[in-house]
Amino acid sequence: MTIQLNGEPCDLAAPATLADLLARLDIDPRRVAIERNFVVVKRDHYASTAIEPGDQIEIVNFVGGG
Amino acid sequence: MADPFVIAGREFRSRLIIGTGKYPTHQIMQAAHEASGADMVTVAVRRVNVSDRTKESLLDYIDPKTYFLLPNTAACYTAEDAIRTARLGREVGLSHWVKLEVIGDEKTLFPDNEALLEATRVLVKEGFVVLPYTTDDPVVCRKLEDAGAAAVMPLGAPIGSGLGIQNPNNIRLIREQARVPVIVDAGVGTASDAAIAMELGADGVLLNTAVALAQDPVAMARAMKLAVEAGRLAFRAGRIPRKSYASASSPLEGTIAAARVG
Repeated sequence: MTIQLNGEPCDLAAPATLADLLARLDIDPRRVAIERNFVVVKRDHYASTAIEPGDQIEIVNFVGGG
Repeated sequence: MADPFVIAGREFRSRLIIGTGKYPTHQIMQAAHEASGADMVTVAVRRVNVSDRTKESLLDYIDPKTYFLLPNTAACYTAEDAIRTARLGREVGLSHWVKLEVIGDEKTLFPDNEALLEATRVLVKEGFVVLPYTTDDPVVCRKLEDAGAAAVMPLGAPIGSGLGIQNPNNIRLIREQARVPVIVDAGVGTASDAAIAMELGADGVLLNTAVALAQDPVAMARAMKLAVEAGRLAFRAGRIPRKSYASASSPLEGTIAAARVG
């Protein structure tokens, strides 16, 4: 299936949860936040949130800023 | 004399809040933070680089036991984007505090105060502690306070400009009327600017570029710490009134000089 990941199209083997996506990208879930279709998903729901084709996923973290 | 710095019921040791952007290296940032004595640092919320995971994480260089993290909504140009960013920042950092920025102009990075007010109302309703970055306008600051802002953060000058406090009288007026802490955010170029902000009565100073891009960021961080402390002490001590003419500090009697014949 194809999703939008951080604004770019991304092919992802289905089925996949948000926890699967983070594992495939080698991202530590404790350091990021995820928005799925403009709604923030709580960290403890990553494993139970299935990704659907066409989903818009944003994965963000903290960077330097003022 | 006890002089606690309290925002939304949380007490901070330092009245200096410092940024995490633009340092030459993470190590220099870490040393500068230590020298600054700050216990609150700002961070930005940005997309993870999903194709290159080799970059070090900022959080490896900020000890959460020492520093309270204040996520910002920098580079948001609409209330909606700022609200989304604030919600994401809350999820990363697990605190409900936000330095709220809604930018209205690319060149000056001046805030869009109308959108800022709107975003403040929404986020306050959602339980956020909102610290809005705003113009040095007493009326806007009052409206932000009425909307539930936990502090108001008027700019001294444009972000990163280093121009210092451009309108000292406005900062003084904002302090006079506000019932929440006033934090001068942006525009500080060197230590005296931070001291002036504090002497005007600001409760705190938030800065980043002046330290991060100084030739010696660690030394400048210490200078800022001392300036904020000195400015606060001077404000509380109560300065003398300004006068146009001299008033001698030494006795006028008993000099060996010959008396002038008028």
